[in-house]
Amino acid sequence: MPDIILIGLNHKTAPVELREKLSFTGEETLAALEFLKKDQGIREGLMVSTCNRTEIVFIPETDNQTEKDMTGKIIEFISRHKDIDIPQFKSALYIHEGDNAIRHLFRVASSLDSMVVGEPQILGQIKQAYRIAVENGSSGVLLNRLMHKSFSIAKKVRRETGIGDNAVSISYAAIELAHKIFTDLSEKSVLLLGAGEMAELAVEHLLSNKVKEIVVANRTFKNAVALAEKFNGKAVKFEEREDALIHADIIISSTGATDYVLTHDQVRPAMKKRNHRTLFFIDIAVPRDIDPKINSISNAYVYDIDDLKNIVESNIEQRGKETVKAERLIDEAVLKFQKWLESLAIVPTIKALNDKMTSIVEMECKKTLAGMKHLTKEDIEAIQRMTQAIASRTIHDPIRFLRNTGDHRDDSLYLNVTRQLFNLGDIGEE
Amino acid sequence: MSVQMSDVLLKIATLLYFSSMAGYTGFLFTQKKLYQKTGLFLIASAVLLHFISMAVYTLSHRYFPIQNLSQSFSVSAFALGCMFLFFQYKSDLKILGVFASALLSVIMGIVLLIPEAPVEKNEIFKGFWFYSHILLVFMGEAALALACGTGILYLLQEKGIKTKTPGFFFKRLPSLDFLDDVGYTCLTTGFALLTIGLVTGFIYAKVIWGRFWSWDPKEVASAGTWLIYAALLHLRFYSGWRGQKSAIMTIIGFFIIIFTFIGVNILIGGHHDTFTK
Repeated sequence: MPDIILIGLNHKTAPVELREKLSFTGEETLAALEFLKKDQGIREGLMVSTCNRTEIVFIPETDNQTEKDMTGKIIEFISRHKDIDIPQFKSALYIHEGDNAIRHLFRVASSLDSMVVGEPQILGQIKQAYRIAVENGSSGVLLNRLMHKSFSIAKKVRRETGIGDNAVSISYAAIELAHKIFTDLSEKSVLLLGAGEMAELAVEHLLSNKVKEIVVANRTFKNAVALAEKFNGKAVKFEEREDALIHADIIISSTGATDYVLTHDQVRPAMKKRNHRTLFFIDIAVPRDIDPKINSISNAYVYDIDDLKNIVESNIEQRGKETVKAERLIDEAVLKFQKWLESLAIVPTIKALNDKMTSIVEMECKKTLAGMKHLTKEDIEAIQRMTQAIASRTIHDPIRFLRNTGDHRDDSLYLNVTRQLFNLGDIGEE
Repeated sequence: MSVQMSDVLLKIATLLYFSSMAGYTGFLFTQKKLYQKTGLFLIASAVLLHFISMAVYTLSHRYFPIQNLSQSFSVSAFALGCMFLFFQYKSDLKILGVFASALLSVIMGIVLLIPEAPVEKNEIFKGFWFYSHILLVFMGEAALALACGTGILYLLQEKGIKTKTPGFFFKRLPSLDFLDDVGYTCLTTGFALLTIGLVTGFIYAKVIWGRFWSWDPKEVASAGTWLIYAALLHLRFYSGWRGQKSAIMTIIGFFIIIFTFIGVNILIGGHHDTFTK
């Protein structure tokens, strides 16, 4: 049975400096794939490299006893290619084989191994890595199957568990709230109080959701103008903020003020002037900018940084619960894949082929002989012997071909083809 | 024969209303669109069968089945079903089906439970003004029931956001603005239908009894209900009563409608009481 080996390091085993050093760019990945392809001891291989992980999955040749050597060779390659001594990164590496390698890959694809569990980007990154491997011809029957299974399990996990359901970052939580307050953010105006870095970050997130207008108010008017220019917005004087409330829908505040910059008594009349249309205050400043009492005004909602943090924390907790479900789905998928791998062994395939031919011969004999009552017992036996002989002669050469392993050929490819040609049933399929 | 047929059709429709509630309950918990689509399909089929049942009844009896309490409930369920399908088509507020299917099931459950009172054929309950009055009032009240439903959904969502504890409903309900918009559409549609319905009622009264207004208890209660909704709309326009306040008002308004619908006839009486015998 072919083995699957995975070598890698991730955010849990390596600090960011090391991950940066060992991260492979697009071109470097191509070089690595070329190495995997050229090496005699490796049948198939691919590489996933993101900012949080670098992983190499490969299938070693089964006929030569070089499996252990291969991991060593790959580590040497990394050391050589990245110009870094082996002892410097060896301890950060994990090496998984067989079941464990499959499970690890499935967990990575399903975003269970991510820094932020449930984040959706990783699946795309893995798909991309697989596409590159296919384009470069370093992936074969086994990895194709393995990767496709990892995509489908990742989708299943997303579909059947709540792992990607809730926002787990502050800005995302704030935007999710905005979506639950307003129907269409592209019709809403944003008022920024403060023109610092925090404000800029918040707006960048909002801009990806396309808002109607951005108004910046800042004590130093020059900075307000600069930030407004950057986002195609409008700058107003800090003293005008009460009037700006009338036209704004979302207020993001991040000033360095020690006191509230908007109080209950300022917002109440503004609310009346805007005919009580909904106002959403996002206060990311510490100490707080927005008087929390404003939350008691009807149709006004105030969230400060702690409120958002609380939501994020409870969402993370919720995700933790969902991972239990996800792990179970993955275990099932690993078992199924393992079964399919086993079916690719030579002996079961030959047996399945024999069984199929025998059953066809027996069935056809029975059908034909049932309508030929005049035959003697000897005749019947002779016919049965003949049909058996035809069947076994027919599959004799294919079986001999399958038995004749070696020559650096990819057995799993032929076994897979045989199974498909003769429709021998695909173990592990749903 | 056709009496039996209309009855059988009504029973099947009832069963479909019940199953649609099951579908929508499934949707509420799993958030799978298939459940919602099934629920919607079941309500649509139920409304169709309900319509055929009423049509068969009307053809065989030569009058519309609104002569006793059970039939009145049945018609109100039909009106609610129609209005729900209309607003579903118009606004695509999927979760509203949870409320609509539950309310439909409750009304049809009542229809099943209350004994069918013998129908006394009354010659005055026919004609264009009579049917317009009935139809418009029932449709209007159905729309106001849906406004109440969206009001409840609004309050559920609003409470989670206001208290900063997004819970079970946070993911399942759409934005506050959207709920408010749909509620407002239901409210204005319902109010308009109710207004025309009351006017046709007055005209009908003039034709039959020779006067527009006769201080019948139900007339008084209806006028009161109408005034409450008129006040709500006025406040919304001129004092910005939107969101939470508006939602609470639509819920209160609907309870007053329920009282006007059954309470007045049962407790007080009057010339509308035939329909609730």
